[in-house]
Amino acid sequence: MAVVRASHVYKIFGRQGKEVVEQLNLGRSRDELRRLGTAAVIDASFEVEKGETFVVMGLSGSGKSTLIRMINGLWTPTAGSIEINGQDISRMDAKQLRRLRADNISMVFQHFALLPHRTVRENAAYALEIKKVPKADRLERADHWLDVVGLGGWGDKLPGQLSGGMQQRVGLARALVAETDVLLMDEAFSALDPLIRREMQDQLVELQANLNKTVIFITHDLNEAMYLGDRIAVMRDGRIIQIGTAEEILTDPADDYIANFVQDVDRARVLTASSIMRTPDAVITDTAGPRVAIKTMEEARSSALLVTDRSRTLLGMVTDRAVVSAAREGVRDLRSLIETSGVLTVGADTPLSELFAPSSASRVPLAVVDETNKLLGVVPRIALLNSMASVGPSTGEMPAVGTLDATPADADFSATPQPTVRGSSVGAEAADEKGA
Amino acid sequence: MDFLNPRIPLGDWAESFLDWFQDAFAWLLSFVSLVLGGLYNSLESALSAPVYLVMIVILAAIAWFAAGWKLALFTVLGFYLIRALDQWGNSMQTLALVIVAVLFALLISIPLGILAAKSQIVSTVVKPVLDFMQSMPALAYLVPIIVIFGIGPVPGAIATLIFALPPGVRLTELAIRQVDREVVEAGQAFGASPGHILGRIQVPLAMPTIMAGVNQVIMLALSMVVLAGMAGAQGLGGAVTGSISSLNVSLGIESGLAVVIIAVYLDRVTAAFGSRSNLTPAKTA
Repeated sequence: MAVVRASHVYKIFGRQGKEVVEQLNLGRSRDELRRLGTAAVIDASFEVEKGETFVVMGLSGSGKSTLIRMINGLWTPTAGSIEINGQDISRMDAKQLRRLRADNISMVFQHFALLPHRTVRENAAYALEIKKVPKADRLERADHWLDVVGLGGWGDKLPGQLSGGMQQRVGLARALVAETDVLLMDEAFSALDPLIRREMQDQLVELQANLNKTVIFITHDLNEAMYLGDRIAVMRDGRIIQIGTAEEILTDPADDYIANFVQDVDRARVLTASSIMRTPDAVITDTAGPRVAIKTMEEARSSALLVTDRSRTLLGMVTDRAVVSAAREGVRDLRSLIETSGVLTVGADTPLSELFAPSSASRVPLAVVDETNKLLGVVPRIALLNSMASVGPSTGEMPAVGTLDATPADADFSATPQPTVRGSSVGAEAADEKGA
Repeated sequence: MDFLNPRIPLGDWAESFLDWFQDAFAWLLSFVSLVLGGLYNSLESALSAPVYLVMIVILAAIAWFAAGWKLALFTVLGFYLIRALDQWGNSMQTLALVIVAVLFALLISIPLGILAAKSQIVSTVVKPVLDFMQSMPALAYLVPIIVIFGIGPVPGAIATLIFALPPGVRLTELAIRQVDREVVEAGQAFGASPGHILGRIQVPLAMPTIMAGVNQVIMLALSMVVLAGMAGAQGLGGAVTGSISSLNVSLGIESGLAVVIIAVYLDRVTAAFGSRSNLTPAKTA
């Protein structure tokens, strides 16, 4: 069941909110109705599952901050409903709302919103103070979470004595101390400088792996959205115009606006091995003989083959030289020819940025495997280059490298450099390093 | 009424309203009179009771605690000078009157300011009333107050508190409104009640500005307390107004100087208390 469900949510600022909603439903535009009221959020519907990181992405004025404030009832929707764990919060009175916020939803703010007159520890313990947890107990729990976010020992300082990044760690600790299942993050890292921001993003991902919270994250930074979000909702002028995974939005943008937007994305960080991997042609099962291997190499125009067993578990590779001499000597089985050095594997969710080093060291296309070492696909070097070169579909034409993609030249191109790599000591060294 | 030569008898109406008010709220007026008068008398006797040197030590100790040894030194010299000018008794009476007036001014203005910050309606109603109170010549409302309360320290205290009230309300409202909205939102987002948000977030964060308001109230009270001498309040005000009517230059200068010394003392002490709060503004980035 969805933890957070918004259905047809509208928020209009102004006295004639209901009227504006009706007019919008009749097809009038937001600008036409500006006189009656400002439509901040229009017909927003989405569901967030437990443990999911849901990112709402949009530029300023797109309504994302208003949307997140309706999820914990700071704003009341003009129309539509928002359910938390199946309870409609628009029907709650002030007291029920306060209990919901204390027990179910916590929030991290853009400008940290710490209490400057209280110590870091007291700030972190704030949610528990409201829940009337005894002082010693709540300060102890605050210390625990301050340790988790890397602020152990800073509890006695005042927020003003900390740097921005550290203050936001306090903000994060404060939200975690509440031990709520839903975490709202309103541009939480936007006020931080880029290096600190990256660090905080990594920390959030790490925390999320352990805590499995339901996170709703607001940002105007597409890179951040794509890096953090399991799914992303893109907002524009109050409407959600696309909801999807980072890869869906990158590869299949709903309209030109998003297409333009995603052009500048740092693809290396967003796309993963699984999104660019190819079906492996140069593969053979270990029960086959050398002659079958030679034939497969000819078909695949490759000088080496990956070898798997019958259940597609990757065993290693065979090279053309080994196979040809084996065939001459009448060896019937490939098993004795399998080499493992020079075959590098990556996981399906490894980001592109981490593929370059192994790709340059590997003698065959990188093998993409799952946890049990089953072969899922391969990433030839050309595919890697190609993925970095491709721009948004809005430009209408694929770049020159892209055309190679469709032709058999692809296989040649990826196969031909390999003998040089194999022959050079550099390649071997790199492979050994990787192995160690 | 002749339309071209109009004469609206507003004054007469006000006078009859005043008569009615006096009859209808006699119980309230005598209660106010009793409370203010009682408080003033006990405070005045408390301040005048100790030997002047003891009093100077107490005042200097407060100054030291608030702002350090320099102000304490000034206090000792200043109040010794007051004694040397033979204005000690008058000064203690004036101090008592200021304290009573400021106490009530703050009791009214701070809650009113908070209310005005919370509610736009209260704010819109209060604003013109405050404008009226501040721009109406103080002597003009001294008259009806004397009519109602008679002569003595009570009308003096009331006139003073009316005059001193507005900046207290205005600065409190401003202070509360100025508190970072995100911090207030943070309180709400973690489920704090409105009372908790006011008491634990808004007021503490607004404190420096509220204290600036308190400082303003005190300074205005001190300037008004001189005029209160006209209402028959004793003290330095009585001495100053008395020196005007008798053209007594020496008394005027001596009592005027005593007012200045008290004013500087109160200003520095309250300003120091205002900036003592450990609020270092949070860095926003």
